[in-house]
Amino acid sequence: MKSRRRDAIDGALALLSVLLVVQMWLLTAALEADLAGHHEAALPGAVLSGLLFAACVALGLLAERVHARHD
Amino acid sequence: MREPSWRTDFPVATGDERMVTRRQFSRFLLLTSLGMFVGNLWILVRSRFRRATVYPELRVARVADVPVQGVKLFHYPGPDDPCLLIRTAEDTFVAYGQKCTHLSCAVLPKVAEGKLHCPCHEGWFAIDDGRVLQGPPPRPLPRVVLERRGEELFAVRIEGA
Ligand code: FES
Repeated sequence: MKSRRRDAIDGALALLSVLLVVQMWLLTAALEADLAGHHEAALPGAVLSGLLFAACVALGLLAERVHARHD
Repeated sequence: MREPSWRTDFPVATGDERMVTRRQFSRFLLLTSLGMFVGNLWILVRSRFRRATVYPELRVARVADVPVQGVKLFHYPGPDDPCLLIRTAEDTFVAYGQKCTHLSCAVLPKVAEGKLHCPCHEGWFAIDDGRVLQGPPPRPLPRVVLERRGEELFAVRIEGA
């Protein structure tokens, strides 16, 4: 049971890292587009980044809850 | 063996002190994610409140001064902004900022090949619209918009700066 919980936390952290990489890519792509004069890309970029951040928070909370039960 | 008494005051071993727990790691990831989000918001705000740049008008050359396939160097909009005026055909003039969009090396015109070349990292741009053909430059060259008034050419603004 203990190892399954730890697996769940590790999985959540791994997914969090993947989402973070996507978010980093999104930031550079949005900046690049903005500098190239495509200002219309800024809004979808910000919305998507917000959604990714929300997903990260959700995963973080999940890991925290599993952790709390573990404690 | 009995534990030395300092152990009670300093119970954490030096090696363990540097250990990052999963909880700390996830917080670090969340903070970084927040940073990325703030960055995207900053780009959004910047793009919304951008003030349109007002460009001066500059007389660049007389038509007769530049032969077909000829090139003239000028500075626009400021004295530190080198630009290239290229006459690609009898009635076709194009002008671009000379700074490469990769790391700002000076691009060189290869008029016969219909390209502009950046020798620093082998970047190539199309001469007809400044788009990237090859190499690391991430964006097209900024295009200087020209107006022909009689026998004179004027630079009026920059697109894609
Ligand atoms: S500076 Fe032009 S290709 Fe790198």
